[in-house]
Amino acid sequence: MMHLGPHAAFIVTAYAAAIAIIAGLVAWIVLDQRHLARMLEEFEARGITRRSGRTDGQKW
Amino acid sequence: MSVIELANPSRFLALSGRALPWLAAATVLAFVVGIIQISFAPDDYQQGATVKIMFIHVPAAWLSIFGWLLMSTAALGTLVWRHPLADVAAKAAAPIGSAFTLMCLVTGSLWGRPMWGTYWVWDARLTSVLVLFLMYLGVLALWRTIEDPTQAARAAAVLTLVGAINVPIIKFSVDWWNTLHQPASVLRLGGSTIHPAILVPLIVMAIAFTLLFLTLHLAAMRNEIMRRRVRSMMMLQAAASSES
Repeated sequence: MMHLGPHAAFIVTAYAAAIAIIAGLVAWIVLDQRHLARMLEEFEARGITRRSGRTDGQKW
Repeated sequence: MSVIELANPSRFLALSGRALPWLAAATVLAFVVGIIQISFAPDDYQQGATVKIMFIHVPAAWLSIFGWLLMSTAALGTLVWRHPLADVAAKAAAPIGSAFTLMCLVTGSLWGRPMWGTYWVWDARLTSVLVLFLMYLGVLALWRTIEDPTQAARAAAVLTLVGAINVPIIKFSVDWWNTLHQPASVLRLGGSTIHPAILVPLIVMAIAFTLLFLTLHLAAMRNEIMRRRVRSMMMLQAAASSES
């Protein structure tokens, strides 16, 4: 077991904060990706496809 | 294949989809190596075990600046070449850069309390990093305020390039002013002042954090492209319903 000395609480809190921020960032990106993929699938299921609208110069 | 062809959103999605798993695996591997090295790294002769906070604080600080530099480069792509993928790159980097800046501020504060006797002091380094964090929030707010992505990209690009003035201020603040924050000890003329037993784990962690940033950025860029496709489809649907 690593010995963290008299300031262990500060060290552990700093690492916990870093892990929490990274976990939040990863969770946001993953959930956003799932939400957007679901929306795209729903549009395609309804017959609305991006390529059908590209004749008017849309980039995406 | 030309750069323009590579920057095509569909081609970017295909290439990034192939690269993302490898990048994520390299990130995990780098963190595993870094954490093993941290566990064997000695304590500092003055700071004791609190030096372990440096292994997350310093990479977070570097990446907070890297994020803004990346956004500034993308801003040039937006304003000069008006390339939509540059808009996407800038928008995707803003929340990631702000998160790393927050991490830098929080871990620095938690390191400062036992070493300096205070969580916060209004010295030039700390204040300029706080300004960077507020500018990230400003860019994020701007992206949310303007509905049209192209107009939002141009406004955000101007704000980003103006904000880039803060980057050298952050870097040289410890040299230009008398600060409680220590001067540079890794990236400095004359070489690093840190012993290799601590420097090597720091470099490995910096590589791991950089890979994490790049992985998250690539994933966020893919999300942003999908968001724009959803927006296009919504507009198509709205146009179809108004015609019928």
